[in-house]
Amino acid sequence: MTAANVNPAEIRTPEQEADYTEQLLRLADTPVRRCIQCGRCTGACPMAKHMDLVPNRLVWELKNGRASVVLAARSPWDCLSCFACETRCPRGISPAACMEAARLMAIRPAGAPVLTAEEVAALDPEMPQQGIVAAYRKFSK
Amino acid sequence: MQKIGVFVCWCGSNIAATVDVARVVAAAREVSGVVYAADYPYMCSEQGQDLVARAVREHGLNRLVVCACSPRMHEKTFRACAERNGINPYQVEIANIREQCAWILKDKDEATAKAIVLMKAAVAKALLDEPLAPGESPVTKRALVIGGGIAGIETALDIAEAGYPVDIVEKEPSIGGKMAQLDKTFPTLDCSACILTPKMVDAAQHPNIRILSYSEVEAVRGFVGQFEVDIRRKARSVRADLCSGCGICAAKCPSRQADSEFDAGLRKRGAIYIPFAQAIPKVPVIDRTQCLKFRTGKCGVCSVVCPNHCIDYEQKDEILTERYGVIVLATGFELLDLKRFGELGWGRSKDVITSLQLERLTNAGGPTEGRLVCPSTGREPKRVVLVSCVGSRDTTDRGKTYCSKICCMYNAKHAMYIREKYPDTDVTVFYIDVRTPGKGFDEFQRRAVEEYGVHYIRGLVGKVDVHRDGTLHLTAGDLNSGRQIEMEPDLIVLAAAVTPSPDARRIAGLVTASIDNDGFYVEAHPKLRPVESPTAGIFLSGMCQGPKDIPETVAQAGAAAVKAIGLLAKDKLLANPCTARCDEQRCSGCEICVQVCPYGAITAEDKTVVTLEGVRETRPVAVVNEALCQGCGACSAACPSGAMDLKGFTNREILAEVDALCW
Repeated sequence: MTAANVNPAEIRTPEQEADYTEQLLRLADTPVRRCIQCGRCTGACPMAKHMDLVPNRLVWELKNGRASVVLAARSPWDCLSCFACETRCPRGISPAACMEAARLMAIRPAGAPVLTAEEVAALDPEMPQQGIVAAYRKFSK
Repeated sequence: MQKIGVFVCWCGSNIAATVDVARVVAAAREVSGVVYAADYPYMCSEQGQDLVARAVREHGLNRLVVCACSPRMHEKTFRACAERNGINPYQVEIANIREQCAWILKDKDEATAKAIVLMKAAVAKALLDEPLAPGESPVTKRALVIGGGIAGIETALDIAEAGYPVDIVEKEPSIGGKMAQLDKTFPTLDCSACILTPKMVDAAQHPNIRILSYSEVEAVRGFVGQFEVDIRRKARSVRADLCSGCGICAAKCPSRQADSEFDAGLRKRGAIYIPFAQAIPKVPVIDRTQCLKFRTGKCGVCSVVCPNHCIDYEQKDEILTERYGVIVLATGFELLDLKRFGELGWGRSKDVITSLQLERLTNAGGPTEGRLVCPSTGREPKRVVLVSCVGSRDTTDRGKTYCSKICCMYNAKHAMYIREKYPDTDVTVFYIDVRTPGKGFDEFQRRAVEEYGVHYIRGLVGKVDVHRDGTLHLTAGDLNSGRQIEMEPDLIVLAAAVTPSPDARRIAGLVTASIDNDGFYVEAHPKLRPVESPTAGIFLSGMCQGPKDIPETVAQAGAAAVKAIGLLAKDKLLANPCTARCDEQRCSGCEICVQVCPYGAITAEDKTVVTLEGVRETRPVAVVNEALCQGCGACSAACPSGAMDLKGFTNREILAEVDALCW
């Protein structure tokens, strides 16, 4: 499965690369420029062996503005969000947040919010909160 | 009558490109008190100073205002120039129109306007400048070196060779420091002890050197030229004057609980011990926290076996007070405590060790007599992994932001001599970058790869699992192939970050030396004064100033010695005349200044004074010891009655500058 909502194959111009990279960086909100490519994240990752783009490379591509490579990768869907990478990073970067950013880009429908305020008010009060949180994860500003 | 000359420097284009110097000169000519103004491309050059000299002669100038770079750069130059031309050097003012004007502003009109204002402020102060004369203070011709590692030994030897007495204070029972623990040294692979121990012996035998081992500096008073230092000579519980160093006491001691510091915890030592065979002085010491006699009152074996009756359980710490002209800090380094690096197996397996422990494991004088073994099994390892940057280049709170500088080279060294001695053992080095600047250094590291077949993998270890049977399993990033790899090594060696000695901070407080956020001593100038502390008379030698290898340490030790000798060679030192003074009439004796003075330079003494109202009375007033005063101005700012003033920066002068700025 690749990131479906944004088709990375359609990212062709440098402007598009820059635009999607910026969106990814804003979602990840982690200081990728500090990365010194030590590879501790990849060394610590329990899923790295199954990944096509290991954590250090995902951070590297993001830092160098190659959103198309990040969005074409399957590894965000292999990521367990165990945060081993973030805990071990000597530079205070969260590769896990970069993975999550790539996932968010994929699951958000372009533009429209999935839940309006009125709709939230009308929801079944018995509905698990997690459901609402999950819905808002797809909410795009 | 004040006759001021204003000299405006272009600093090439540094100032002239942003400040219209001609307009500054024209404005200066309008200011009252200024009888001459001129500009020149490089006022600090010989021609520029000739221009100043000519102006002084022709116009009878008695004060100078130089509009140029920061006073930190050339105030000394122009003060010397003034003195040569018969003007008191403290009647020179610098207006900083480069750093504070040209370099920070873009608009020429704005920059020129600011330059003119700064010039006017400097003129306003110059009008009030009083002539000041520096006092003189004598120099005690003896040096104190704190720390007896290779840095301290080298500095002490150099100072002693120049003919001055030196005391080395070492907190451990022996001098030698970390270098004594090392096996071989890069990039020549010569034996560390073979080059260090002759130096230790030289130091011990030098008539000008006194070694105060097992001692610590407790208090420092005074200032450059006349420091007075209290040194605590900790009780060895052994009479050094009788001891022959036979070591029978240490061999017979029944207490075997303590980790040997010298063997980095890989061996136990007795409560009474000599740290290592070549120790200087070779006199044992009783660790009273371990000794059964001190803990339970029973035992006394050492006292029974000692052939010379040297054991003295009653010995007490002694305080030695000595005067010194200079102090050299050579407090060295420690390795970062890896307790927060549990994921690398630290603390979970005996076979995960530090590089310093590896040095002891390969050293013929070490716990295994030089046989490399896994500490858990005692068997020779077949696969060894060396991990770089453990805690170095780490901006999180568990590490250090800096590069420890020596690890890349010692990793190559370790890898090479493991491969040399045990050709069947596989050695892998994990690294982020290989940093090998230095003569013959890169060639050395390449030899490890090309001739010795050491595997270098770009990437670091992320996780080490310790299996129930004690075997190790690691996963690491292999960045060049873009994947994760796994290994099952027998021995993992962590290159822990270097940190300053924990004592550095305490000693910095004692001698008022500056330290940085990491605890390394700060040099007076990072490029031009690298071996001096900003505090006069304090010099820096070795790792205590920042990570460095042995050749660099020795070079810095020699440089610190030369600077110290330069000071010791003087009979008198000129003191800064810009010290505080107390107007006794105004002083109310509140003693706030006594409390704020960081140098202990102010005391309150009973004096008979005539008050401003004309009443004669005896009361406490502040008295400044000019020899101790550093001219910081804290007292002058704190004084509620305006009695404290700083010569050269009087309240009147500062307010005149402010008036000129606001006008």
